[in-house]
Amino acid sequence: MTMVYAAPAADLPAPTPRQLAAPAGVGDKIFTRVTLLTGLIVLGVMAAVGLFLSIEASQALRSTGTSFLTTSEWFPDRNQFGIAAVLTGTVAIAVVAVGIALPLSMGTALFITQVAPPKLRSTLVSLVDLMAAVPSVLYGLWGLFFFQGQVIGVSRWISTWFSWIPIFRVTGAEPGSPLSNQTVFTASAFIAGVVVSLMVMPIQCSIMREVFSQVPIGEREGAYALGATRWGMIRIVALPFGRGGIIGGTMLGLGRALGETIAVLLIISPRFDINFHILEAGGNSVSTLIALRYKEATGFGLSALMAAGLALFALTLVVNFTASAFVARSRSGASSEA
Amino acid sequence: MVMTAKPVECGPVEEISLPSSMVVAPSAPLPKVVFGARDVSVYYGDFRAVRDVNVDVYEHQITAFIGPSGCGKTTVLRCFNRMNDLIDAARVEGSVTYGGVDLYHRDVNPVEVRRRIGMVFQKPNPFPKSIYENVAYGPKVAGIKGNMDDIVEKALRSAGLWDEVKSRLKVSGMSLSGGQQQRLCIARAIATEPEVLLMDEPCSALDPIATARIEDLMQQIKNEFTIVIVTHNMQQAARVSDRTAFFTTEVNSESDTRTGLLVEVDETDKIFSKPSDERTENYVTGRFG
Repeated sequence: MTMVYAAPAADLPAPTPRQLAAPAGVGDKIFTRVTLLTGLIVLGVMAAVGLFLSIEASQALRSTGTSFLTTSEWFPDRNQFGIAAVLTGTVAIAVVAVGIALPLSMGTALFITQVAPPKLRSTLVSLVDLMAAVPSVLYGLWGLFFFQGQVIGVSRWISTWFSWIPIFRVTGAEPGSPLSNQTVFTASAFIAGVVVSLMVMPIQCSIMREVFSQVPIGEREGAYALGATRWGMIRIVALPFGRGGIIGGTMLGLGRALGETIAVLLIISPRFDINFHILEAGGNSVSTLIALRYKEATGFGLSALMAAGLALFALTLVVNFTASAFVARSRSGASSEA
Repeated sequence: MVMTAKPVECGPVEEISLPSSMVVAPSAPLPKVVFGARDVSVYYGDFRAVRDVNVDVYEHQITAFIGPSGCGKTTVLRCFNRMNDLIDAARVEGSVTYGGVDLYHRDVNPVEVRRRIGMVFQKPNPFPKSIYENVAYGPKVAGIKGNMDDIVEKALRSAGLWDEVKSRLKVSGMSLSGGQQQRLCIARAIATEPEVLLMDEPCSALDPIATARIEDLMQQIKNEFTIVIVTHNMQQAARVSDRTAFFTTEVNSESDTRTGLLVEVDETDKIFSKPSDERTENYVTGRFG
């Protein structure tokens, strides 16, 4: 109380704003620069890929103009080519894949984190991780030679009962007739999608498992203490907390499904028309098209394939940015402060 | 050790058989017993966390559990709504009755128990949902009929939170301040119209003003609920409770672990003025813990 503050002397220089930042140490400086560098490299690679595709694709794009987006055929030599069929095919396969993988991965993640006893938990985790490690060509072979034969029954069942929904209609199949030809169901976008779903499931599952395992114990007990059942607790606590991870994981899976090449290539029989009947034989995807055609492509044909690749690149970017926007938005409200 | 702890309160709850030292106001009829714990021990695996607890909780009273850290007061509290069931390897021995019914009977559904016995936790734990949904959740799962808006308003009013949040019921419960969150959790717990409210150090994360509000609130809702509160804060126990149970720990010589035990339970005034046990006296006078 008795402290006396010295009055500032009149001849002192005008006070400058105080510097709050502490000088960074050597370790900090190195760390900052290294991480900055790695960040820049990632950005640079992405930019280089986009730039490369744009430059290579420019020749083809200039010659077709906007008809590139609306043409279904792929005859670069006749200057008649576009991504209307392959892009819709890609999306169809990816949507089927994610549509199957989402409930599968969410259920698995919830089981692992909330239900399974600890012993089973670690076994399941390694099994799912193993699923991610299986090369996609093996999934393709397995899908082509074994799984397809099993899934045709499902395809037939869906087309029999749900053919009133346009996407499940199959031309050439007589609903309900067991005699109708099997081949109308083979090599379809649906079967390719089912196989791809097995490939995207592990990555979705591990992201969801991560967020579900971080659900704070306090909130879980809060739900139980109100008389919630396990499912009740999952609904009120785990799912809202995990929302960002569920959306992010799904989008990441979608991104992977959009680009999946080899398994789709093995299973699907390529066709070049816009086909929304996912159960019907034949389909196509951008990556399959590129993989099939690049060897025999002429200079201009290669440019056309690059243009298709650019479209896929753009689509994947949009999907991933949408995902991160969702994750960022839901994170703000859903996570708990310490 | 055992003998000094036991005679204080372990007899049956009927008036006649209580030790005369227990009957503080002989003229007043003893209130109804809500919880009765008899020889309760809780184990986590092989580790005995708390042993031989005998305590009765009376209707429309506030019973406080006090004692040093690790003495098992929270563990005992969690026996009353079977929250220990959620911990793998936890085991409860002895009997816990609720309104005369054995809580650990195999026909008793723990989910049903928790619907009737509300709990408020040490750290405010609102759901990542709106304020409205936080309060409405309990009544919904309990299948309570009636206008949900009215139920939510009534619960928030009882918890003294209504005026602060009535204009923003759709806002996330996590956007509230710590004290508001804790009152939201109290509102959430009383919205299901439980008969009992278990409070596990409900004010330990709050500042003195928020603490005072919660303590006032407890006095206001005591007529409707029976409250058991675990607290580290002896002044809080002295301020709010009717009866106080003092727990302490003993070191197990061979395993170097600590097991909690109940020393005595009595009228709060008596515990803080002339407790029967020397250990209680040492604790409440600040000579230990």
